[in-house]
Amino acid sequence: MQCRILSCIAFSILNICDKGDSVNNVLFELRGITKLFGNVVANKNIDFSVREGEIHALLGENGSGKTTLMNILSGIYTPDSGTIIINGEEVTIKSPEDAIKLGIGMIHQHFKLVDVFSAKENIIMGQAGSSRRNQKELTKELEELSNRFGLNINLDKKIYQMSVSEKQTVEIMKVLFRKSKILILDEPTAVLTPQEIDKLFEILRELRADGCAIVLITHKLNEVMEISDRVTILRKGESVATVETKKTNPKELTELMVGHSVDLSIDRPVVKDKTKDVLKVENLTIYDEEGVKVIDGMSFTVDGGEILGVAGVAGSGQKELCEAIAGLHPVADGTIEFKGRNIVGLNPNEIINLGVSMSFIPEDRLGMGLVANMDMVDNVILKDYRRQKGLLLSRKPARKMALKMVEDLDIVTQGVQYPIRLLSGGNVQKVLLGREINSSPQLLITAYPVRGLDINSSYVIYDMLNEQKKKGVAVLYIGEDLNVLLELCDRIMVICGGRIMGMVDPKDVTIEDLGLMMTGHTYSQILAERGTGQ
Amino acid sequence: MIIASYIYIAVRVSIPVLLGITGAIFNEKAGNTNLGIEGMMYMGAFAGFYTAVATNSVILALIAACLFGAFGALIYAFATVTLRTNQVVAGLSLTIFGQGIARFLGNTLSGAKGESVRIPDAVTQKVNWKILGLKDIPFLGRALFGYDMIIYLSIVLVVIAYFYINKSKTGLNLRAVGENPAAADAAGINVSLYKYVHICIGGAFCGLAGAYIGVVYLTTWGNNMIAGKGWIAVALVIFASWNPLKAIYSSLLFGFTSLIALRFQDSPISPYLLEMLPYLLTVIILIITSVKMKKENQQPASCGVNYFREER
Ligand SMILES: Nc1ncnc2c1ncn2[C@@H]1O[C@H](COP(=O)(O)OP(=O)(O)OP(=O)(O)O)[C@@H](O)[C@H]1O
Ligand SMILES: [Mg+2]
Repeated sequence: MQCRILSCIAFSILNICDKGDSVNNVLFELRGITKLFGNVVANKNIDFSVREGEIHALLGENGSGKTTLMNILSGIYTPDSGTIIINGEEVTIKSPEDAIKLGIGMIHQHFKLVDVFSAKENIIMGQAGSSRRNQKELTKELEELSNRFGLNINLDKKIYQMSVSEKQTVEIMKVLFRKSKILILDEPTAVLTPQEIDKLFEILRELRADGCAIVLITHKLNEVMEISDRVTILRKGESVATVETKKTNPKELTELMVGHSVDLSIDRPVVKDKTKDVLKVENLTIYDEEGVKVIDGMSFTVDGGEILGVAGVAGSGQKELCEAIAGLHPVADGTIEFKGRNIVGLNPNEIINLGVSMSFIPEDRLGMGLVANMDMVDNVILKDYRRQKGLLLSRKPARKMALKMVEDLDIVTQGVQYPIRLLSGGNVQKVLLGREINSSPQLLITAYPVRGLDINSSYVIYDMLNEQKKKGVAVLYIGEDLNVLLELCDRIMVICGGRIMGMVDPKDVTIEDLGLMMTGHTYSQILAERGTGQ
Repeated sequence: MIIASYIYIAVRVSIPVLLGITGAIFNEKAGNTNLGIEGMMYMGAFAGFYTAVATNSVILALIAACLFGAFGALIYAFATVTLRTNQVVAGLSLTIFGQGIARFLGNTLSGAKGESVRIPDAVTQKVNWKILGLKDIPFLGRALFGYDMIIYLSIVLVVIAYFYINKSKTGLNLRAVGENPAAADAAGINVSLYKYVHICIGGAFCGLAGAYIGVVYLTTWGNNMIAGKGWIAVALVIFASWNPLKAIYSSLLFGFTSLIALRFQDSPISPYLLEMLPYLLTVIILIITSVKMKKENQQPASCGVNYFREER
């Protein structure tokens, strides 16, 4: 009891805007929610409640049913059983329209935006009654809103011209404009840079102070610890626990999620006989479609049996570098040698046949080299079929490989014969990666492989990469999480604006050093400063 | 003077195509590729013809045509929106159904000895009511004011359709449904309702197109009245880049190419080849012009795919 009072006091001190007295009524409650897809139990008898002025994190492995549960609240799915209670009253939500009327706003895992519309059109579409309001007033209101929350947005820009973070901003504007009381954010941070995440969190804090009930789905435990008040953990469709953030820690949360204890450190095995210079890039210069120089005279090598990490702010040339090596992007100048042979000018297929494999997880994670309507076996064949001889395809080996992938990567699926689109977001990604790694390449390029993956799967991926490295494969790993880069990679190449700022040994540098280099300081500058500092 | 009458003919030929294109645009803006345009035109042609003969009323004939066309569309909407059957199959079935039912019912129209039925003169007179004196202005008079009143009505409707789809609030929601039904749904738009309503409006436009052919243009009942104009409309939607205003000149393209066939009527070229010409030319021009288009002017992204909320 005392403890509770203490935490209440602590809470009201932390939240100056919180009135302190009426500590947080329950704003909405889900009781006994069950949802089946065919014979997949996506949600099983889940109880979940969120209070006014609370940020409630929803945690769980890929496919544990987080998105499904929130889609039920926002009217996309109808539950097979269970009740929804808002402000103490039982409600029925038959459609998103009903949910919106009840003040529920959701930012979906995959954006729900009309590409050919402007930001403004996306925000106002579906709004009842705004037809009579005149355009000027509307624009003014939207501008006020974006000013109030410090959002930077061009209301007339078309969605298809926008970057992912701009799209995210439009989604946020949508829920803000509708003045939703209940806010659901499904993995909003998976694609944002740290600065953008800070900004988003500021907005969430402001909304919390206004008394909103906020549900945040994320796989990043540091974010959970930073911003949430309580955490609910789902495992295999069931709610296993709801805990107060202050009374828990990342390790406990992970164990609740996975169901057994886990080791949160990453291996860095040492490989003795490395093959020298499997990949040798020299003086590489690349322009993008608009003629802007995105890679500027880059030179580096990757040995067989090592993982070279690439760190950099998103958009520093990572995508173009990957694509150039895979033969998907024209090279303006310089050479790319694979095992001593210049591969500039070869077509992607020839490069694949040489033993180069690339997997790039784009920011929107959809449309990334898989065919959503085909099953896993067919998707495996897709990459593989050219190597088969004869007229007819043999599905047997592909089927075997698919089954192995399910087993190795813990892919949650009803079976390899089900279309990929039925899998949860994270599981789709595992299929993509598994396929690339299983094609036994000699050079493996992988960009953001753990984007949107739960912790356990992320570690599985790191293990897979280490496995490849031990086999003598040269791995080029483009990552986001600097901690992971520092633990996993043998060397780290930091890039900024298409140039190499430094090629460092992870044992010699700190996160801060990497951060400085990513924003344009060279390693020698940092060393010099360190020298004078001592 | 001869030029003026060419224009006059071309415009009259293009009106049913214009209405057909607009009907198809309504369907596609709602995310449905409807290959039943031809069928709905047949249905409208029959309903219009029958009502005109039975009641001597132009207005009633037009209303009946619109309703029967919309009825055909309703069947299609039920099949694709509610039962979620394949849009291509449903559309083709609608064409076969519409054509069949119009011919079947149409044959009951003709007298016992198989003599052909004609639209009563009273109706034709009413249709051809002209703004007094204007059509006697030399040249311009005939080309601009010489038409029957249904042409003006059609153009007004098409312009209204343009403003409705592109400028109104409901039009915005409609376009959202056609582009990304999941996004529209999440924004609180009733996707099924929008689809039903606009597929039926599209059907009404097609019905009107059929009525024009039957009641105004041919005025004699025949089994092959529409003769592929519905299919031309389906194709010309692309040339019109899903914009009713552009449909006006797209349909004129068809109208003027038809003239060529007319012009060479007396030459030794096979009449079958000549009849084929406007269709062929239209398709060729279509291919040439529609190679590259801005993203905004392309087909609504969800066309052809039925929407089911719980599907992903
Ligand atoms: N519309 C659907 N049709 C069929 N199965 C579905 C559908 N939606 C979800 N599922 C299944 O339900 C389970 C839960 O999926 P859900 O998307 O809720 O997971 P999640 O916790 O959001 O995972 P992630 O972190 O990967 O996004 C998965 O096994 C998934 O395959
Ligand atoms: Mg999810």
